[in-house]
Amino acid sequence: MTIELTDAQLVERCRSGDQEAWNELVERFSRYVYAIAVRGFRLPETDAEDVFQDVFARTFERLDSLRDDTALRPWLAQLTRNACVDRLRAGTREQPTEEPLADEVDGELERLDDALDVHEGLHALSPNCREVLDRFFARDESYRVIGEALDLPAGTIASRISRCLGKLREKLEGRKPSPDPSGGS
Amino acid sequence: MSATPHDEERLGELLAMLPPAPTGWVQAAQELPEARRQLDEIVERAREDAAFRVRLLADLEAALTSAGYEPRPALSEALRARLAELDSA
Repeated sequence: MTIELTDAQLVERCRSGDQEAWNELVERFSRYVYAIAVRGFRLPETDAEDVFQDVFARTFERLDSLRDDTALRPWLAQLTRNACVDRLRAGTREQPTEEPLADEVDGELERLDDALDVHEGLHALSPNCREVLDRFFARDESYRVIGEALDLPAGTIASRISRCLGKLREKLEGRKPSPDPSGGS
Repeated sequence: MSATPHDEERLGELLAMLPPAPTGWVQAAQELPEARRQLDEIVERAREDAAFRVRLLADLEAALTSAGYEPRPALSEALRARLAELDSA
C-alpha cells in the first residue's frame, strides 16, 4: 500500500533534492495550475504553457522561501495567479485583449479549490473507482473507451460511475461507506 | 471546501473542472531539477574550457550533442542566456 505524503512532507523532501518527491509535487498540482491558467484566466494554450513552466520553475527556485510548508497549495495558487496576470499584461501591451474581471477570476479560483478538494478525495477510493471517475469526468472519455481501457463491458460503466460517485460523496462527507455487495468498486 | 452539499451531479462537475495538463508539460516540469543541474554543469565547463565555450557559441546544438547532452529547446534557450551573462561579465 502506498502512503500518500502530506504537502508539507512533500515540500521537505523536495528541498532535500528528492527527485521522486518533485515528480509527485508536479503531478499533484499540475491540473490545478493548468486549470487556473486556462479556466480562471482563459489563457490560450501557448500562454498557459509558458505560465505552467514558469510556475514550476519558480516553485523549484523558491521552495526555501515558503514559510509554512502546509500552505503549499495557496502559495502555488498565488504564484500561478501572478504569472497569469503578468502574461495578460504583457499580451495587452502587444495586442489588446479582453481580460477576465477580477470577480469572475476570484469566483472561478474558489470553484477550482473545491474541485481540487474533490479530486484529492478520489485517493480515498479504490484504484478502479478513481480511474473510472477520472476517465469519465476529467478526461471526458466515452463508456466505450473506458470499457476498452479497463477491460469492462461498456454497459456496466454507467452503473459503476454512479456507484463510485456515491462512494466519493460518502468519503467527502466523512461517512462510512455502505458495503458494496457486488464488490465492484 | 465551501459548504455546498455533495450532490453527485455537483461532484461530477467539479471533477470535470480539473482535466489533466498536457503530458509533455508535466514531464518538462518534472525534468526541471535535472535540466538545471545540466545547465550549471555546462556553464561551469564553458567557464573553465575556452575551446568548449567557443564551440558552444559557434553552434550551440551541435556542441551540446557532441558533449553528450540532448539539445532540448528549454536547455538551449536557458544556456544562451547564461552564456550571454558569462560573456558580459
